[in-house]
This record gives sequence, structure tokens and C-alpha cells, in this order.
Amino acid sequence: MVEDRRLGDAIAYVILTIGVLIVAFPVWLTFVASTWDNATIINGQLPLYPGPHFFDNYYRILFVGTSGSTREPVASMMLNSFVMAMTIALGKIFISVLSAYAIVYYRFPFRMAAFWIIFVTLMLPVEVRIFPTFKIVSDLGMLDSYQGLAVPLIASATGTLLFRQFFMTIPDELLEASKIDGAGPFKFFKDTVLPLSLTTIAALFVIQFIYGWNQYLWPLLITTKDSMQTIVIGIRKMITTSDALTEWQLAMATAMLAMLPPVFVVIAMQRLFVKGLVETEK
Amino acid sequence: MAQVTLNNVKKIYAGGVEAVKGVSFDIPDGGFCVLVGPSGCGKSTLLRMVAGLETISAGEVAIGSRVVNQVEPADRDIAMVFQNYALYPHMSVYDNMAYGLRNRGTPKDEIDKRVQEAARILAIEPFLQRRPRQLSGGQRQRVAMGRAIVRKPQVFLFDEPLSNLDAKLRVQMRVEIKKLQRALGVTAIYVTHDQVEAMTLSDKLVVMNGGQVEQIGVPSEVYRKPASRFVATFIGSPPMNLLPAKVDGHGIIALGDALLQARDLREDLATGTAVEVGLRPEDIEIASEGAAGSLPFDVEFIEELGATQLFHGQLAGKPFVMQAATGDVAAQAGRLWISVDPDKVHVFHAESGVRLGKA
Repeated sequence: MVEDRRLGDAIAYVILTIGVLIVAFPVWLTFVASTWDNATIINGQLPLYPGPHFFDNYYRILFVGTSGSTREPVASMMLNSFVMAMTIALGKIFISVLSAYAIVYYRFPFRMAAFWIIFVTLMLPVEVRIFPTFKIVSDLGMLDSYQGLAVPLIASATGTLLFRQFFMTIPDELLEASKIDGAGPFKFFKDTVLPLSLTTIAALFVIQFIYGWNQYLWPLLITTKDSMQTIVIGIRKMITTSDALTEWQLAMATAMLAMLPPVFVVIAMQRLFVKGLVETEK
Repeated sequence: MAQVTLNNVKKIYAGGVEAVKGVSFDIPDGGFCVLVGPSGCGKSTLLRMVAGLETISAGEVAIGSRVVNQVEPADRDIAMVFQNYALYPHMSVYDNMAYGLRNRGTPKDEIDKRVQEAARILAIEPFLQRRPRQLSGGQRQRVAMGRAIVRKPQVFLFDEPLSNLDAKLRVQMRVEIKKLQRALGVTAIYVTHDQVEAMTLSDKLVVMNGGQVEQIGVPSEVYRKPASRFVATFIGSPPMNLLPAKVDGHGIIALGDALLQARDLREDLATGTAVEVGLRPEDIEIASEGAAGSLPFDVEFIEELGATQLFHGQLAGKPFVMQAATGDVAAQAGRLWISVDPDKVHVFHAESGVRLGKA
């Protein structure tokens, strides 16, 4: 039996290693490509180990920009992407936590109708409503602005649903105890519901930050100025060049940089998840 | 501290279901009132109406001299202990107790004084900085009590506070609750479905069934003179034996072939009136065979409870239980002759279940 288990473990590790290699190899290749000069890449002679141009490439892409169609340095693109993703994530959390609180804890006419209307919007992602949304944003003069980038994407039902489900697991007795303790609706929200929702908020933040960071179609439509473009758009523009060679080493460096903030958010929030899992009694 | 008065209180839910059908009683200042009944009898609803967590459909609830029907729970000067304790999981024990006082704007040093004092009374001082999930069930129960004490309310409300504890802890906490209530002198209303808790804790016992009050009285009176068949079987363990019988003259009941004296039987009943006779397992005595008023009891099996034994069997063709101190009666199956003190024979109307006692 012991032998069998060892064999089983070995097989599991082999499969796991193959899986990791398949997932990690393209990322490694991207990193390697971002550390060589363009000539090496274009020749098709890219080695599998990092080259000597790491600092040159990253300095140039962050603060100078490419020589092709996009001349903006990536630092400003990252700032744009970051502002957009943060606004979307925080905006969604703010709106959905409040709407879910209203739906779960208040009794008002058409409460369920309101809930179902929110629910139905799940079926209407940005791509489906893109034309009317664009029209509204352009009429409001929000093209080429942070508001234009973020606000239309804040409205969504996922967060409301998530918080509704969570709030319904909070025992009614806590609400009743709060009432007897003299806490009004807002105090109950602030002192009890919000602290208990911390892990749910963290989860939603991760999901929505990455969602916002990865947006492509919407920023492509409403930004025309180079100074407002996001990093995802930037990568795309670097790769298609009409009259010059694609500067692959810079495009690859941009891709690496584009990966960093979501990875950072996941790692940072994961600690909160674990903390939440250990501390929450459920 | 205050007396609590309920005047024809009703709860009618949307849809017409009447959960509480007009209940009136009052609890004197410092009294301990227990509402007892099977699940769904309306006892919790009644308590929640006193707390202000349910609206009152009709009637009046007054705390002290103030009618509180329209008063918010926080302003009723009550404190409630919930079945699942309802402690705030993200707050420390100290904050759990202090929260209500902070919301009222009590000065900080006063809060600290009261919390420390409550913690001392309840022996939870070492846990003040812990979170509720780091405590055992009994400790959480104490914190819930502490949260009620620090408020110095006029009325304590308990909603089955001991039902989540194990049997041993329940007995211990029961005693502590009673002691605490006595020491603080605060009026208390306590809801339970456990008749032992009800008997031991209350000064005033309210037995409820189907949204109505079946009987109100001091526990010993409810036990000695149950007002109805329901109360008779609900209070007392093991439950009272009920056997169909007929009235056979003044103070005499015919149970099969045997005649039984019942001293507390109404005298205006016609011979032949169908009744049910109630005999408590613990009131039964061994008689000699064929003695006047003795009944034949066929024992089928015996349950050992340690100090006492339960004899299960048949009497006049109906299931019957007798309780006797271990060793008093030979523990074997077979026929026993039994008798009951005429003072301890309960007679109920066969249909309505009302006690047919002297006025």
C-alpha cells in the first residue's frame, strides 16, 4: 500500500508539473522576450533565458514610450488603467452593498420588482448595451475622461446579488439585538453588517478590479486621446504598426507590467481572505 | 423596575392567522413569569410583542404605567436574551456588552464600571477581550446575560435562553438565572417549552396552548390543580395518566369495575357523565389486593431511572405509568394493586378537557 501511494503521489506531481509548465511557459517567454533587444526576437533566435536589456527596455517603455504609433509611456497608461479599475471596483462595491442592504432589510413597495429588475440586468453586459451606452456617455460629454471610462461599467447586478445572498445568512436575531441595543438602520449597517461583510467585500474587490483592469472594448470606443488610453489598448496598438517594425521587446515588457497590478491585488487580498476564513464563524 | 401588564393582547398575521388570541395577565414588579407551552403556541410571539419586535395587532402592553404599543424596542427599557445569544461576532465580549450603552450615549467611565461589574457577577472577567466564537456555549450565554444586565432595564426578556446548552449546563445556568434575577430584583419574562425550567424558575406560570392561555398560577398550584387536560399532561414528568371514566355519584368515579374517590369533584354532575380521570405516575400507591378503591395494574416492563423506577403497563385496557422509589416495589412484570389519595385524583370533562373541580 505504501509503495502504491508513493507511485500515486509521483503521478500526481508529474501531472501537476506538466500543468504548471503549460500555464507558466508563455509567461516566462514573455518575460524573456522583454529582456532582449528587438533584433534577437525578430530573427526568431530568442533564447529561453533572460537577456541583458532588462533595464533599458523597462526604463524606455515606462517613461519614454515606443517609437511607433503609440508614443505615450506605459506609466501613464498604467495610471489610467489603475484609476479606471479602482473606480469600477470601489463604485460597484459601494452601490451593490447599499442596494443589497435595502433589498434585504427594508420593506417597501415593489421591493421584489426592484430586485428582479437588478437581476435581469445580469443578462445585459456592456457588449450588449454598448451602442445606447456610448450614445449616453457621448451626449453627457464624458468621452476621453475617467468618468466615461468607469461610470458605465459600475452599474451591474453581480455585486448586489452577492451581497444579498450574504446578508440573508446574517441571523435575524442580530438585527433584533441591535434594535434593542438602540441601533437604527444606519448604525446596524455600519456597526454590524459592514464589518461582517469584509471578506465578501474583499472577494468582490478582487473580481471587479481585474474585470476593470482587463476592459478592452469599452476603453477602445470612448478614448481617442493617447493620454487617456489604458494599458490593454496600449499593448494592442504597439503590436499593430503600419510603417515600422513592431518593437516586440517593448510590447512584451508592457504585457509583463500589465500583469503586475492584478497579481498584486490577488496576493494582497488573499491574505484578507485567509484572515476572514479564520476569523469568521460560519 | 416595573410591573408588566398585558391586556387582551392579540397577534393576527397578514392572511388572518391568529397566533395569539387575546391574552391578559400582569406580572408584579420583580416577578418572574414563565410562559410555557408546546412549539407554535404563541409564547415567543407574545414575548416578542412585549419586546417590540412584533407589532401588537390588538390589546395593550404596558411596562410600568406606560403603554408601550407604539414605543421602539430600544425605548421600552427592556433587555432580551436570545436563544442563539445573538452576540455580535465581530466585537469583543466587552464591546458586545458596551454597545447598547454607547448607542445611548452613556459616559465612558460609567460604561466601563457597569461592564466590569456585570463581568464580575457573571465570572466572565478573563474573557472580556475575546471574541464570542472563542467562548464555549455556557460562556456565550453569560455574555448574553451580561449584555442584558449592563442596561439596567426594567424588564428582562428571555427567549428559550438555555435550549442550546447541554443538560448539565442547563441546570446550572437555570439556578444562576434565578439567583441573578432575585439579586437584581428585575421583572422577568421567560419563554420555554421545558416544563422543568418553567416549574423551577417561575413565581407566575403561564401555560399556553394554541395562542390561548390555559392556566395562570404559581407553579405548585398549576401542578396540584391543572385547569385542563392539556395543562395536566404538559406539566409533570412523566405525564399524567388519563383514563376514560364515568361519574358515579358525589365524589365517586367509576373506572371500569372499580370505584375511585375524587375529593375535588364538582357535585352537580349527573351520574353517568363521561369524564377523564387523571392520575399522576408519582401519586400512585401500592394497595393490598381487593382493598376498597384499589385498581388492578398489569405491569409489562420497568424503566430504571436510578432513584426511581417507571412501571409501564395496562390499567383498564389503557396504557398506564407508575413511578416508585427504587426498591419500594418488586421490579417485575405482573399484576399490582394500586390506589390513589382521593385528593390527588383529577377529573376532566371528556370533551372540553376542562377540570371538573369544586369552585
